[in-house]
Amino acid sequence: MDIIQLVGLGLVAAVLILVIREQKPLFAFLLAAFTGLYVFLALAGKIGEVIAMLQRLADRSGIPGIYLETVLKIIGIAYIAEFGAQIVRDAGQESVASKIETAGKVFILVMAIPIIGVIIETVIGMLPEGG
Amino acid sequence: MGIDVSAIFQIAGIGIIIAMIHTVLKQMGKEDMAHWVTLIGFVVVLFMVVRLLNDLFREIKAIFLFQ
Repeated sequence: MDIIQLVGLGLVAAVLILVIREQKPLFAFLLAAFTGLYVFLALAGKIGEVIAMLQRLADRSGIPGIYLETVLKIIGIAYIAEFGAQIVRDAGQESVASKIETAGKVFILVMAIPIIGVIIETVIGMLPEGG
Repeated sequence: MGIDVSAIFQIAGIGIIIAMIHTVLKQMGKEDMAHWVTLIGFVVVLFMVVRLLNDLFREIKAIFLFQ
């Protein structure tokens, strides 16, 4: 029943933000940021359970730990970058938000470099010798 | 979770009360005091938000980044 709580929280927060925005837009922005933080924090615990299960599966199937670790780091970067970009977009700074998203994409690309390297090595290994 | 939902109502209440105090002080002709009140209220709320942000980032680091 957590979803009902979160949706109710979002609705109440939206009403409060609308009320405060008339008087003090700054506080309305902080309230929106706080609500977003709360929801993300509530979700982080749930995602932790899923990831613990993924880790157990990966351990059992003998996949090298570096792969799952990289994927998890990429998901974490996407999570943080998306959150930050949304908050900044709420504040009306569209350009800063898109820079944050670009930064997130670049970091994800950097994280993926070892995996891309492994893929290329594998493909080169499959090529016939002297072909 | 260290901070519960009532913090949202706290922030909303702080915002409304600060707006009220701001209006009253402005009516009394104390513009600079009104701005200081707004600034202090903003800093208080910012502290709450930043503390929760710290919580979230630590949680994400613990879950996703293995640090």
